[in-house]
Amino acid sequence: MSSADLVDVARIHEAVGDPDTAHLVIGLNEVLSSRTVPGLDVDVGKVADGVELRLALADGTAVARPVHLCFGLLQAEGVQKINIDFDVGDDATIPVVAHCIFPNATDVRHLMDATIRVGAGADYSYRERHIHSPEGGVLVVPKARIRLAEGARFRTDFELIEGRVGSLDIDYETTCAARSVMEMTAKVSGKGDDAIKISETGHLNGEGARGALTTRVAVRDRAAAEVYNKLTASAAGARGHVDCKEIISGAATCSAVPVVEVNHPKAHVTHEAALGSVDAKQLETLMARGLSEDEASDLIVAGLLS
Amino acid sequence: MAILDVNDLTLSVDGTSILDGLTFELWDGYVHAIVGPNGAGKSTLAFTIMGLAGYRDYGGGLTFDGEDLGGLGVDERARRGITLGWQEPARFEGLRVRTFVAAGRGEVSDDDVADALRQVGLSPSRYMDRAIDKTLSGGERKKLELASILAMRPRLVMLDEPDSGIDVESLRRIREAIVLFKQAGATVLLITHSLEVLGWAEHAFLMCCGRVLDKGPVEKIGRYFRDRCIPCDHKNRPRLSEATADE
Repeated sequence: MSSADLVDVARIHEAVGDPDTAHLVIGLNEVLSSRTVPGLDVDVGKVADGVELRLALADGTAVARPVHLCFGLLQAEGVQKINIDFDVGDDATIPVVAHCIFPNATDVRHLMDATIRVGAGADYSYRERHIHSPEGGVLVVPKARIRLAEGARFRTDFELIEGRVGSLDIDYETTCAARSVMEMTAKVSGKGDDAIKISETGHLNGEGARGALTTRVAVRDRAAAEVYNKLTASAAGARGHVDCKEIISGAATCSAVPVVEVNHPKAHVTHEAALGSVDAKQLETLMARGLSEDEASDLIVAGLLS
Repeated sequence: MAILDVNDLTLSVDGTSILDGLTFELWDGYVHAIVGPNGAGKSTLAFTIMGLAGYRDYGGGLTFDGEDLGGLGVDERARRGITLGWQEPARFEGLRVRTFVAAGRGEVSDDDVADALRQVGLSPSRYMDRAIDKTLSGGERKKLELASILAMRPRLVMLDEPDSGIDVESLRRIREAIVLFKQAGATVLLITHSLEVLGWAEHAFLMCCGRVLDKGPVEKIGRYFRDRCIPCDHKNRPRLSEATADE
């Protein structure tokens, strides 16, 4: 497997070719290509079936262009473990896009375990984009523990942009100090016998901390989705919202378990969840323009997941 | 020449008669209005003509351009040229204006979408990539719905309470859109209890208690509606002879 192969599938030629953009391409446990930018230290240790990745961004460093991390396997079978330890310095800014590429998977396991500390006043955004095989023969288990210092900001979103889910088990937990802000979003569409489990937790521990957990799932055929969102608010002025929408069709099943917990009289957390078939009015509006029920449904789901 | 024939149309919902033997026809290329008080069955009539779920088990006949609509679904009726603008247009999370407006026809270019947006007074550069969600006002969603109908180039446009929940400027745009529909050769059916909207039509029907009580020039129907229906002076079901006795 070469760097070019993964870069081709991930469609990140421009980023990899840009001398001012940091990137890291890892196939199984080999660094295939890398570049860093001033202020960003990257250290990769090879372990069996994967890598230990340590990243550190110096205080006050602003990385303008998104850092592209590309992990993947082009083989049909295999295991890839990615352990990440990331320190974002105080008042630093960094956007990261992770491309997880398994286009030929029939029996692949991708296990990520991340520990992330975002310094005071820092801003870290993490977008995870997955490309799987049409058969979805992949088990993806991303786990992350994120700690936000005072005034820090953290945004993450997960999206499957190609192929079938296979089996997905997301487990993210963020702890927020005073005046920090976190937004965690997951958008996934499942079909066949895909199994989706999303567990996102936020702890708004500091005064004035804010957080939002947003989940959008569409499942059809025999796919199953379970969503567990938990948001706790334990300080004055802490504000949070949990928002889960799941659309099902065919013999698919879904569940949502929103847990909101408030431990301070001046904290406030809300939640909303909507599970079921495609909204009838949306469907009929599009059908009244001439779309078939399936075409209308596909358009509505595509919008929900966009 | 009639484009839509409604013949002795009946519909009951949960055992209650909503449409009670409606018979009328819409002339091709005209702007018609159906006026009547709340609960008259006006929206139900539009939903039945469109064939929405829950409104298909009707009695009597619906014929569009000589074809019986019985058994045809919403999309099949739409592909024959019938469409509906809702009193409260739907919100679509994530669905972009560009996609929504272009949805009605197979090949709609960005230029076509932009033209449709301009025709309803919306700036393409500002709206093209916006989502049709809760960030848009009711008036904006009404205009977008009209833009999507304009792009569809329908033959029969039914607009349910087109003045509901919108400002004066939006109302003016909706009126202009109705002129555009007519210029394009479409037949328009306005469902309303507003005398102002009734005034946009060329021909009107008075509907009450699931029946058409009268039809004719807008001035005549408007006068009766203003004098006898606001407020309604028939606490019980009016008979056809009562409604027309004054004329």
